[in-house]
Amino acid sequence: MRIPLSWLREFAQVPADATAEDVMAELVKVGLEEEAVHRPTDTLSGPIVVGQVLSIVKEPQTNGKTINWCQVRVVPEGQPQTLTNEGIDPSGVQGIVCGAHNFVEGDKVVVTLPGAVLPGDFRIAARKTYGHVSAGMIASVRELGIGDDHDGILVLSTLGLDPEVGSDAMELLGLYDQAAEINVTPDRSYCFSIRGVAREYAHATGTTFTDPATQVTAPATLSGGYPVTLSDESPIYGNPGCDRFVARTVTGVDATRPTPPWMASRLRLAGIRSISLPVDISNYVMLELGQPTHCYDQDKLQGGIVVRRAMPGETLKTLDDKVRKLDVEDLLIADASGGIGIAGVMGGADTEVSDATSTVLVEAAHFDEVSIARSRRRHKLPSEASKRFERGVDWQVAGVAAQRVVDLLVELAGGTADDAGTDVGTEPSAVVIDLPSGYPARRIGMDFTDEQITGALTDLGAEVEAHDGGHTVTAPSWRQDLQIKDDLTEEIARLVGYDKIPSRLPVAPPGSGLSRVQVQRRRVLQALADAGLTEVLSYPFVSLDSNTTFGSPDGSEQPSVKLANPLSAELGYLRRSVLPGLIEVAKRNHSRGFRDLALYEAGLVFLPQDAIGSSEIPPLGVRPSEDVLDGLYDGLPDQPLTIAAVFTGNDSPAGANHQPRPWDWADALDTVRLMADVVGVDLEVSQGEHQAFHPGRTARISLRTGELLGYAGELHPKLLAAQDLPARTVALEINADLLFEAAPDVIVAKHLSTFPATTQDVALVVDGSLPADDVLSTLREGAGELLEDVHLFDVYDGAGIEAGHKSLAFALRFRAPDRTLTADEASASRDAAVHLAAERHGAVQR
Amino acid sequence: MKHLLPTTTEGMNISMSDSTQPGGPAHATSAVVDVPSPLDAEAIGATVDRALGDIAAAGDLDALKQVRIAHTGDKSPLSLANRGIGALAKEEKAAAGKNIGPARGRINAALATRTTELEAERDARILVEEAVDVTAAPHRRRAGARHPLSTLQERVSDIFVGMGWEIAEGPELESEWFNFDALNFKPDHPARDMQDTFFVEPPEAHLLLRTHTSPVQVRSMLERPLPLYVLCPGKVFRTDELDATHTPVFHQFEGLAIDRNLSMADLRGTLEHFARLMFGDDAQIRLRPNFFPFTEPSAELDIWHPGAKGGPQWIEWGGCGMVHPNVLRAAGIDPEEFSGFAFGMGIERTLMFRNEVGDMRDMIEGDVRFSEHFGMEI
Repeated sequence: MRIPLSWLREFAQVPADATAEDVMAELVKVGLEEEAVHRPTDTLSGPIVVGQVLSIVKEPQTNGKTINWCQVRVVPEGQPQTLTNEGIDPSGVQGIVCGAHNFVEGDKVVVTLPGAVLPGDFRIAARKTYGHVSAGMIASVRELGIGDDHDGILVLSTLGLDPEVGSDAMELLGLYDQAAEINVTPDRSYCFSIRGVAREYAHATGTTFTDPATQVTAPATLSGGYPVTLSDESPIYGNPGCDRFVARTVTGVDATRPTPPWMASRLRLAGIRSISLPVDISNYVMLELGQPTHCYDQDKLQGGIVVRRAMPGETLKTLDDKVRKLDVEDLLIADASGGIGIAGVMGGADTEVSDATSTVLVEAAHFDEVSIARSRRRHKLPSEASKRFERGVDWQVAGVAAQRVVDLLVELAGGTADDAGTDVGTEPSAVVIDLPSGYPARRIGMDFTDEQITGALTDLGAEVEAHDGGHTVTAPSWRQDLQIKDDLTEEIARLVGYDKIPSRLPVAPPGSGLSRVQVQRRRVLQALADAGLTEVLSYPFVSLDSNTTFGSPDGSEQPSVKLANPLSAELGYLRRSVLPGLIEVAKRNHSRGFRDLALYEAGLVFLPQDAIGSSEIPPLGVRPSEDVLDGLYDGLPDQPLTIAAVFTGNDSPAGANHQPRPWDWADALDTVRLMADVVGVDLEVSQGEHQAFHPGRTARISLRTGELLGYAGELHPKLLAAQDLPARTVALEINADLLFEAAPDVIVAKHLSTFPATTQDVALVVDGSLPADDVLSTLREGAGELLEDVHLFDVYDGAGIEAGHKSLAFALRFRAPDRTLTADEASASRDAAVHLAAERHGAVQR
Repeated sequence: MKHLLPTTTEGMNISMSDSTQPGGPAHATSAVVDVPSPLDAEAIGATVDRALGDIAAAGDLDALKQVRIAHTGDKSPLSLANRGIGALAKEEKAAAGKNIGPARGRINAALATRTTELEAERDARILVEEAVDVTAAPHRRRAGARHPLSTLQERVSDIFVGMGWEIAEGPELESEWFNFDALNFKPDHPARDMQDTFFVEPPEAHLLLRTHTSPVQVRSMLERPLPLYVLCPGKVFRTDELDATHTPVFHQFEGLAIDRNLSMADLRGTLEHFARLMFGDDAQIRLRPNFFPFTEPSAELDIWHPGAKGGPQWIEWGGCGMVHPNVLRAAGIDPEEFSGFAFGMGIERTLMFRNEVGDMRDMIEGDVRFSEHFGMEI
């Protein structure tokens, strides 16, 4: 909402030298937010005066154009020129070259004299052009920054003006005015008016406020006017779509009269385009009182007006000349011909006022907020009217607003007010709130005197009645947001000042610290960073293809959550895997010149079953039943925390005496092991198959229970080529929720034998495709209890090994809990292990 | 008898280094010596003097080894002289012994002293030779980093955990009821449009990407016992295009306290305490009236930022207020018995003004330079 200061001054005591910034600073105190300042003089400065064209000499040019060599009087005849800027003629007559042709000798025009600056840092000076010294400019509205029209210069008589030569044209056109733009929160509809903001300004400054609604004299009752019927057969939530409709008629209107500059200037500062006098008046009254009104050409109406819901299949051509298909929920202003306006949103094209209009029917109605909000959304028609109606308009002000429009049509458009009028509807009962004594003090944490409470509430327009237990408060008709005692509490605190609220630190009862999962997550994510990986974040928006590629091992299409309103159509789904986003991040870094990367991200993925959500939404303000709540919980897809990493390039930067090592599939697997180690979980690793990964270099990682945790290995070469990522880029992705759940609650201590260990190595030749881990497990099993540790320390398939086979070298460490082992005992255990490997895998000892 | 001592030990270096031996080869000083008579104290003295001279002149341990052989070895003058005692008359043996014994003692002592000296010199030299240019050290270990948004989120959480609060979390894809209705957003009220929402298909599923972490507050009220003090950090979503100051995916932390008799004074006290822990003892906050459907009264929270770019100023930090009775009722809490306050701030915004991040995209795009600059800290 933009507030021209000249307008605000009519109803509040704004100091003469106050700037828009000063006004905003006051309004911020009472909870309005500052947005911007609109001040023509920031880009415009004089001398800009009224001139009269004395003579015009048309001079055809070689380029085909004809220019006008004009003598323009800028000082009243007989008076001296007091301006002394270079280029200003002491005679009071300026010679000016002008290219426009829409004026004649004798016209009064706006002259920008040498020294003036126009918007766009356009500095006016006397300069030689077309063989003359042109000492100034005859300005168009566009050059002055007050309109789009650039067909010609501004002839002041077209605005109905005949000012004195030499007078200040900036003053005449309202260009010294300025506006403060504030942001109005959705609860404060009344602040979408000068009326409401002036009241708030008075609250903020403690000065007096004059209610513009009391400055208009409207008849107490109206009758005999244009017939209007309210006929809503399908109210929404039981609220009729229209509960007041005031209709007034003005005859003999001259719709072609210009809008006076004071009104045009205020509208312009308020951000409203000037259309025609009747429309400008309607908008002016809306800005002043907050009540949208509409002007119909009454001669175009057919029969009485009915306010009703649209009928199936009904259409309406709105003011913007678009034919709109109506919904049966749309509230319609109709006559015998059909719809003539979507109530509170936009009027119809066929009945709008035109230059030929002479009888105007003024509508000032009150509509149901929800009905208007739905129509506005449905037709995507946010208008100044709908903005106000869907937030709530003062029911009481409709008659006043209609009267104000009528008065202005009479005053400015030469019309005659019809004594008859229409006012139908039902007045809603006022909101009465009981405010128990002490309630505001308890909620705010400070004491308020009775005077503070009564004073604040009275100031904002409420009626307050004190009684033993507190106050009975009748909310003002323009404050639909005041419904409960907490609303009043805020108003009291707001007007007394939030800065008066004391400070007290409440002590929470003993808490239980971070939960186990929160600790596990932190430790795992920190361990990854400690291990040299860099944490990044990516958006969860992906393509369906990405979900198919990364979201399932076999490439079958998995159900994905689809966004109804994605930012981009390609990324219209929620991720089933963190990897697509992470790969994008890797590519971005790669393209920025970073070749050695180890990136990780932890984030939720979205794994819907076939059906999601719940069709029923319980009402607000009531705790839903357990069944309903369960329905809401169950309707949400599984969203496990997923950790993914991508490695490309080398493990470290090359340096003097340092040869970096390229990341490989084992780094990916090892990183998963690191995460598992951090939370104390044992993993099963097996040869994995996942279409996004290299078929031979991928580990399937599961828990000891067999439950799949994720995959780690080299990304598929085709995928890397398609993504333009370096060959041998490796990745991992695991379900972290499962990992954390699998962590042991208690780890039982192991007995530590202090007797010496005996180590024996064994090399076994096995089939080349046999996983080493299988052999290792067999050795562990076969060696029995004396085996303390076994690990693979070499794989060899060179000379001396039969083709298709490989030699696996294991180191076995034996130790007894209660004695020093003999070499024979250790050898016997080793032989038993080798024997089992031979039996189970056909392993041959080298 | 005449014995030849080697004149050089070149090629017998025992250095542990392959670099050139400083000082060059050691030199023996005397070429040929006679075996003195064991009874000739003067000759023996001269032999000792010669030996001491050679010991002192030995430049390194190799040279000293040769000196040791020459002067204490089996064929050294004193050894040979000593052997000669056996052939002397009985009465002369004692005198001869007194000549030779102390003489050999002096030489051995000098040898031991010189050995210690030369070993110390050698050890010192080796350490010098082993010196490296530490400024040319390779970076063998890769330096990892947390994302600063994660680090900041954890730091904020730690502050509240320290105050006895607990950390509550919830799903990002959320039911419309938890995100709006339970928080007193009326179905058709323009307040719903304040938060540009990502909805999910089909519309009748009533699911959306949460626009704030407030649904977690509702879940906490439904699931946890009272009194309740929880902080809800997490990722939230709005349909804003990414630019220097907006991102469709960002992070918030929201606090909720429900207890008997909580007031706006408690809210201010909590925010002030938190602001001081976060920004130092001089931190100040300011509350301005505002509107949120889920709080009444509601306030905008500003923080005084003395170190702000462009001079000290108030910075808009978040929103807060007393929990609306309808929100309590939605969770089955009697607003006459319990009251509560809530507040919420953006983590990106906090990082932007606290750490002078100039462009939202730096936080979002995953450029490793951004995270790595911060490392594990903020």
